[in-house]
Amino acid sequence: MKQLFPIRHVMGYVFSLILSVVALAVIVWDMSFTTAITILLICAAIQAAVQLFMFMHIDEDKSNKASNYTNIAYALFVGLVTIFGTLFTMIWGYL
Amino acid sequence: MKWDEFFVTGEPMIYGAMASIVLVSLAILVGLTYFKKWGYLWREWLTTVDHKKIGIMYILSALVMLFRGGVDALMMRTQLAGPDMKFLDAQHYNEVFTTHGIIMILFMAMPFIIGLMNVVIPLQIGARDVAFPRLNAVSFWLFFSGAMLFNISFVIGGSPDAGWTAYFPLASLELSPTVGNNFYSIALQIAGIGTLMTGVNFIVTILKMRAPGMKLMRMPMFTWSVLITCVIIVFAFPVLTVALALMMFDRMFGAQFFTMANGGMDMLWANLFWVWGHPEVYIVVLPAFGIYSEIISTFSRKNLYGYKSMVISMVAISLLSFLVWAHHFYTMGHGAMVNGFFSVTTMAIAIPTGVKIFNWLFTLHKGRIQFTTPMLYSLAFIPIFTIGGVTGVMLAMASADYQYHNTMFLVAHFHYVLIPGTVFAVIAGMYYWFPKLFGFRLNERLGKLAFWLIAICFNVTFLPLFFLGLKGMTRRMYTYSASTGFGPLNLLATIGSIGLAIGFAVLVYSIYWSFRYEPRDTTSDPWDARTLEWATHSPVPEYNFAVTPNVKSLDAFWFWKKDKQPLFEDKIEEIHMPNNNGQPFVLGVIFFFFGFFMIFSWWTPAIISGIAIVVMLAVRSFERDHGRHISVKEINKTEQQLRGDKA
Ligand code: HEM
Ligand SMILES: [Cu+2]
Repeated sequence: MKQLFPIRHVMGYVFSLILSVVALAVIVWDMSFTTAITILLICAAIQAAVQLFMFMHIDEDKSNKASNYTNIAYALFVGLVTIFGTLFTMIWGYL
Repeated sequence: MKWDEFFVTGEPMIYGAMASIVLVSLAILVGLTYFKKWGYLWREWLTTVDHKKIGIMYILSALVMLFRGGVDALMMRTQLAGPDMKFLDAQHYNEVFTTHGIIMILFMAMPFIIGLMNVVIPLQIGARDVAFPRLNAVSFWLFFSGAMLFNISFVIGGSPDAGWTAYFPLASLELSPTVGNNFYSIALQIAGIGTLMTGVNFIVTILKMRAPGMKLMRMPMFTWSVLITCVIIVFAFPVLTVALALMMFDRMFGAQFFTMANGGMDMLWANLFWVWGHPEVYIVVLPAFGIYSEIISTFSRKNLYGYKSMVISMVAISLLSFLVWAHHFYTMGHGAMVNGFFSVTTMAIAIPTGVKIFNWLFTLHKGRIQFTTPMLYSLAFIPIFTIGGVTGVMLAMASADYQYHNTMFLVAHFHYVLIPGTVFAVIAGMYYWFPKLFGFRLNERLGKLAFWLIAICFNVTFLPLFFLGLKGMTRRMYTYSASTGFGPLNLLATIGSIGLAIGFAVLVYSIYWSFRYEPRDTTSDPWDARTLEWATHSPVPEYNFAVTPNVKSLDAFWFWKKDKQPLFEDKIEEIHMPNNNGQPFVLGVIFFFFGFFMIFSWWTPAIISGIAIVVMLAVRSFERDHGRHISVKEINKTEQQLRGDKA
């Protein structure tokens, strides 16, 4: 029974709920822009980790390590390029 | 909403189209009933999870879409044939170039390529199907319902008319108040989800389902190109998904992401669109590179020159393709730093691309070249694509682009890369792999005739546009006066486009002719090719390989033929196959209605069909379907039949 119970998924679900509440709190309570964005960014990073480890079990199958982590590196690359590239073209580099 | 807002009214051509749609649909329904083909259609096609059949359905849809996009193109060329033509008015011209662009790229080029991927990849890696066959069917039906949804827009509700790029603020609710651009955001979204799932499916298939011994560096080049393409799909399409969702919020729910007021940023749409859009052009061109690599090496009777450098340059292209998007809006007004950066990255892409061109040339060098139809397309591709590439480097220079931007020069450039890069490749691929699927070749004489018509008329159509652009003719311009002097070159281009149309007609006729008269192939390897798909029978049995091949080298099939290197060493065993299932088709139909109701903001039916989708997904997750087994006896029987033994 113990092996069958999807403990990780349940934990992931609970974490996701907590993270959502924290994110909501940012709007409900008045706080400075910097604090709000910092909280949101940290939540986003934790959420991504929850997704990868709790729901998608990235560490489960050792034989896939190389391709899994290559994919994540690629995703990071694309994500960072999109975010900072957009800031670069639309705000910092804009005349 | 009144009826005359629901149906598009007032255009004789549109009434003609409506009548012909109704007639053709009726004819199909009556035909299916008369010939008692409903059961066959349902069992063999609508519910299939077989990658080969799904591939064929993709390719058929793509050919239909090529026809639709081609009619759009001919309408535009007719309107531009001479000064002050009155064939299309400004609004209609806007709609036609918008649907032409979207349909050609998203509903013709992508599905054609995905179709070839479906047909070839499992065979090339010695697998029995893709990793998730049911998901594959869902991908197809989502693509199909998105495509159908987009296509009905011209008779129901009105087509999108803000260009295939749908730039804001033009595409906003304020300036495009009809439902046209809702079609854009919803239909593309649905098709895009399908594409995304295809990407995931093929990455897993290629990484996990290769035959024993096929290391990554022993994969055929087409498989490599598809793997890299799918990685780009998986990382680029989410950007489109998000951008389209934001567009939907803006247009339907009063959000202000891309508006000019209330803190919105109109150019952010252009930015997000091209963050997806540039990788997208590599999504349609990299598999084409893979197809050419297979064909050129087969018909040069040599192994591919510089295998490793081919792989490295594709990986480099896949990374660089995410670093260049701003070259589509150099003139938006950002500073020299931004433009300089994107100029350099854009030009850098020419390097790996050039490496590939030279590799193909070296493969040809001293080869015993056979001028078959697929090879002709591949040979024509090299110089024509190079013209497209060189003009691309011209456009990449930000300061010069202020001159070229949004002129016919640009239109000529991208047709010079897209048509040889993608259209020639998929036609070549279709000719090349056709015998594998159907057991006979497409007729070579008709094929060559079509090739020469298409290759020559392509240049007659698009070469003049370079000069028109330099003279100052802008793109998306629905008419011009005689005093501009644009007349003669435009007329030439229009004549070329008629030739192109004739070429495509010959192509379609050659398919029909070959089905009726072409002698059947009995060898299963008519081209004397090198890769695994040719090691099984044609037409391919549903389980692909009776025995899984053991791969010992690159081009294992070739060395099996030439050096008697062993390939099939195991005994025939029971084969486990997935069951057919109607759910993907039903899901596609529901998505179609869901999208339709969303587009017209009919909320109650939209919510009902939305719930139906969730129910479908829930049902699926509780379902147990362990597939079925094909017994050794049955396999032996099929194999004997396919070999032609009289048992
Ligand atoms: C088969 C022959 C073809 C002809 C004669 C043709 C012709 C044209 C013409 C006349 C335009 C509009 C130019 C303007 O007024 O701005 C156009 C635009 C365009 N075409 Fe084609 N085309 C063809 C094939 C293709 C193919 C195969 C693709 C893609 C795979 C394609 C993609 C596009 C795109 C993306 C646009 C821009 C649409 C826009 O401005 O929003 N075309 N084409
Ligand atoms: Cu680009």
